[in-house]
Amino acid sequence: MDTIFALATPEGKSGVAVIRISGQCAFQVFEKFKCRPVKLNGMGLRKLFINNKLLDEALILCFGEGRSFTGEDIVEIHHHGSLAVIQNSLGALGNIPSFRMAQPGEFTKRAFENGQLDLSQVEGLSVLIEAETSVQLDQAQKVFSGAFGDIINSWRKNLISSKALIETTIDFSDEEIPDNLLESVKSKISLIISSLRKEIAGTSISERITTGFDVAIVGAPNVGKSTLFNALLKRNAAITSKIAGTTRDIIEARLDLGGIPITILDTAGIRNAKGSLEKMGVQLALQRAKQADLRIFVSDNNIFDYFGLEFLDGDLRVNNKSDTKNIKNDFISISAKFGDGIEELMETIAKIFKSKVSKASMAINERHRNSMVRALEALVSAECELKVGGENLELCAEDINIAIRAMDSLIGIIDVEEVLGEIYSKFCIGK
Amino acid sequence: MTVSREKSFDVIVIGGGHAGVEAASASARLGSKTLLVTHKINRLGEMSCNPAIGGLGKGHLVREIDALGGLIGRVADFSGIQFRLLNRGKGPAVQGPRAQADRALYRKGMQKEILSTENLSVIEGEVTDLKVKKQSIRGVTLSDDTFLESKSVVLTTGTFLRGVIHIGNKSIPGGRMGDDASNKLAARMHEFDLPLGRLKTGTPPRLDGRTINWDILERQKGDVVPSFFSFMTKGIHAEQVSCGITHTNKDTHGVIEENINKSAMYSGMITGVGPRYCPSIEDKVARFSDKDAHQVFLEPEGLNDDTVYPNGISTSLPEEVQNTYVRTIKGLENVKILQPGYAIEYDYVDPRSLNLSLETRNIAGLFLAGQINGTTGYEEAAAQGLVAGLNAGRQALMEERVNFGRSNSYIGVMLDDLVTNGVTEPYRMFTSRAEHRLVLRADNADQRLTPIGIDLGIINKNQKVAFYDKKQKLDNCSSKLKELTLTPNRAEHYGLKIKKDGVKRSAFNLLSTPTINIKDLIKIWPELGEFSLETTDQISKDALYSNYITRQAQDLKALRRDESNLIPLDFDYEKISSLSNELKEKLQKVKPETIAQVTRISGMTPVGVALIIAHIEKDKKSARSQA
Repeated sequence: MDTIFALATPEGKSGVAVIRISGQCAFQVFEKFKCRPVKLNGMGLRKLFINNKLLDEALILCFGEGRSFTGEDIVEIHHHGSLAVIQNSLGALGNIPSFRMAQPGEFTKRAFENGQLDLSQVEGLSVLIEAETSVQLDQAQKVFSGAFGDIINSWRKNLISSKALIETTIDFSDEEIPDNLLESVKSKISLIISSLRKEIAGTSISERITTGFDVAIVGAPNVGKSTLFNALLKRNAAITSKIAGTTRDIIEARLDLGGIPITILDTAGIRNAKGSLEKMGVQLALQRAKQADLRIFVSDNNIFDYFGLEFLDGDLRVNNKSDTKNIKNDFISISAKFGDGIEELMETIAKIFKSKVSKASMAINERHRNSMVRALEALVSAECELKVGGENLELCAEDINIAIRAMDSLIGIIDVEEVLGEIYSKFCIGK
Repeated sequence: MTVSREKSFDVIVIGGGHAGVEAASASARLGSKTLLVTHKINRLGEMSCNPAIGGLGKGHLVREIDALGGLIGRVADFSGIQFRLLNRGKGPAVQGPRAQADRALYRKGMQKEILSTENLSVIEGEVTDLKVKKQSIRGVTLSDDTFLESKSVVLTTGTFLRGVIHIGNKSIPGGRMGDDASNKLAARMHEFDLPLGRLKTGTPPRLDGRTINWDILERQKGDVVPSFFSFMTKGIHAEQVSCGITHTNKDTHGVIEENINKSAMYSGMITGVGPRYCPSIEDKVARFSDKDAHQVFLEPEGLNDDTVYPNGISTSLPEEVQNTYVRTIKGLENVKILQPGYAIEYDYVDPRSLNLSLETRNIAGLFLAGQINGTTGYEEAAAQGLVAGLNAGRQALMEERVNFGRSNSYIGVMLDDLVTNGVTEPYRMFTSRAEHRLVLRADNADQRLTPIGIDLGIINKNQKVAFYDKKQKLDNCSSKLKELTLTPNRAEHYGLKIKKDGVKRSAFNLLSTPTINIKDLIKIWPELGEFSLETTDQISKDALYSNYITRQAQDLKALRRDESNLIPLDFDYEKISSLSNELKEKLQKVKPETIAQVTRISGMTPVGVALIIAHIEKDKKSARSQA
């Protein structure tokens, strides 16, 4: 059985935020957070690390199988209630194989299944149980009351109406039914497919919130990329010199920018390199720059070259070695060497990512993402069935069913009456 | 059959409609001593609505009844005057056999079946009372005060409970044109405290076929190769005919709009709820005013019968208006109406007061089947008749009840829908109601259900032998297909398009690709040509869905688990304090018998289900520790 985890206290800023983990692999959290295990059925204060970076110092409680609420191994982490800490901690747990976010009420369900609660206890605890589930339901509802919920609801509505149209052509094929119904199904489904794709892409932003955004410094040789890199980090992490082509490999460093984890990449200066080693460096630089979430193009003469890379929304132009700070341009003037304009640049970067983060998909966990991927796959298959004609409409209906069930796992339950109701409201059925 | 002088039976079935005959036959086939009480023996098996059997979803039910040794499929084949497989252009899971039947032949065939059934007696009479002692059925009383004793009773009285016929502003008490309503029995039913509701349905005027101008009408013929209902039928019995197709038009709609307030349904005389999938012509005109023509099928009622059933124009308008509007329709300009259309309102028993064997929870041994439970259609009625008859018979013989579930049959889907969620309109089967319809197909009804029938002892020798023979052939063919394998390269050599991933495919795998059929495979493996077309056809259908079925297997397993997780009859939901009052009320009303049913009650949450399971487990544990 999977190991499940969830925030057991209300979402939002709080004094203490408790994350509960239950299941046979629960004790893997110590390894994940690189901390010394807490003794069974005991507690301890531990420093938790993610990627060698301190996440939080938290009180950890450890319950062994048969001696916990659910009857399984349980670890409870009592974090400081900061949003970033909770987010990062949940994100790290989600990365452990066989770990997944608990569904509302799932801890209680496991407690029942494992016979941990008997009748009198259940009755005595009912108040507490309700509190737990309502907190968890609240949590789910919060996610789904926002924009994401609206999107899912509109997908689901369109899927149900698509299904109704298909069921009409199946169950009422001996009636007079307009013959262009499938066209409308096709267009509905292709719309949902493209917005599903977009939303799934958005989940990568949510993922980045835990894994960190990549920022690449790109520019011609000797414009001062490594100097800027060091200035941003406020330490000498990269070797700088006047010799063009000093940086060959990519140098990475982590940076916390207003709570947003960022990895800064210093890359080789881009030019028609002669040496094969430098050539490789240039290639690597271009490749990583392309994949990065944000590129800082650096110049020292107010003229910018993008080296065949696309200048994307959010990318920055920085003019280094600047002593003409007052000129208003669409680029940022800095002097990396003297630290002029660095704070301003950092603020700009932070602002850009903050706005990205706010656009992140509300689908914050793997379960949401999986559901969307499952729906997408089914709909792509449904689209194929529709393209080859109506011969296997029942398969198309089945695919749409799978997609609807995937949506249901996020919000509600489908009812055949809902489908039939949709049919009757649209068509004059009945000979 | 014998005209009975006996006074004591295992099972008494009241009513000789589609539910009644099926119930009586099933009970008798089980070996229980059965009596069928009907108003008139010569009306046994009457098709009181349109002269057709089967269709989408309904055809599935007929096949399932046949797979369990029931009558409707055999009799429909015997009396069929036009056979059509609906959705022929779509996949096998959603194809449904349908037939036009000769009403007289249908009655004849059904009466022959019933009157030749062993263990089954039939009498004409009216049941006026049910004898109940200690909340348990003891027998029935006839209008001449004769008391007949029985261990179970199956009530299949259709629309006879407080039935009222409406034509325009005229209302006539009655269950169907020409029959009396059973008001005495209805009054008695009220005393049993069964929750009742009111529904309505309608019929079109019946036309004189000799006055229809067939020459100018489009005709619809049956299939060249007929698809029969019964797995045992080998050929056509009766002459085959065509139906006519015509349409209403602006003139028709004009007449109806002008007179709509004279319709019983629109003047507020009717309070019952009608089926949305079978609206009256008044409804069609009023609700879909943008449509200026509605299709009308002219269905002949029989070979030696000039009556024509115009399917699509049921009505409760006054007779003279019916005359006017019908004659605006192409081909019907001079038509003579033999019997006007009418709407009928009737009481039904809320099926949530029944358990999954269709026994009332109030009175042990009293079973209800058919339209009385809020359904519509011969097929739905017949399927319930079968279930009620089987369980009434089993109960009388002190045997365990027979369970049908959503995982094994459309019958199970219907029972579960009725008993768990009740009805809001006359209930009709659709393929879309069966979430596992790729598995529950009309073509494999015998594979799914005949083994159950054999275990119950309700399948005759011929059907049993034919079933085992077919099964043997299917098994041989299927294992051969799974044994033969091919690499993608070899497949390409034979002109088959499959993904070149180096993975060997079995012949069965190849068949699951929609573009590959058995003929392609016979070219590769000539030995497959030895299997009959019927056999390979069936296996191809299994193969077509095999990928989806594998994916559904997990769901099906969970469903079967929940279906077999029984809830004790006396389980008290009050004690689960964390369930909402609304849910508790629903649960007390429905009294679900299985966890599967609980999960389908609207508003149910996973936590709620878990709580119920936990309490049941707890009860069991404490019972064990006390023992």
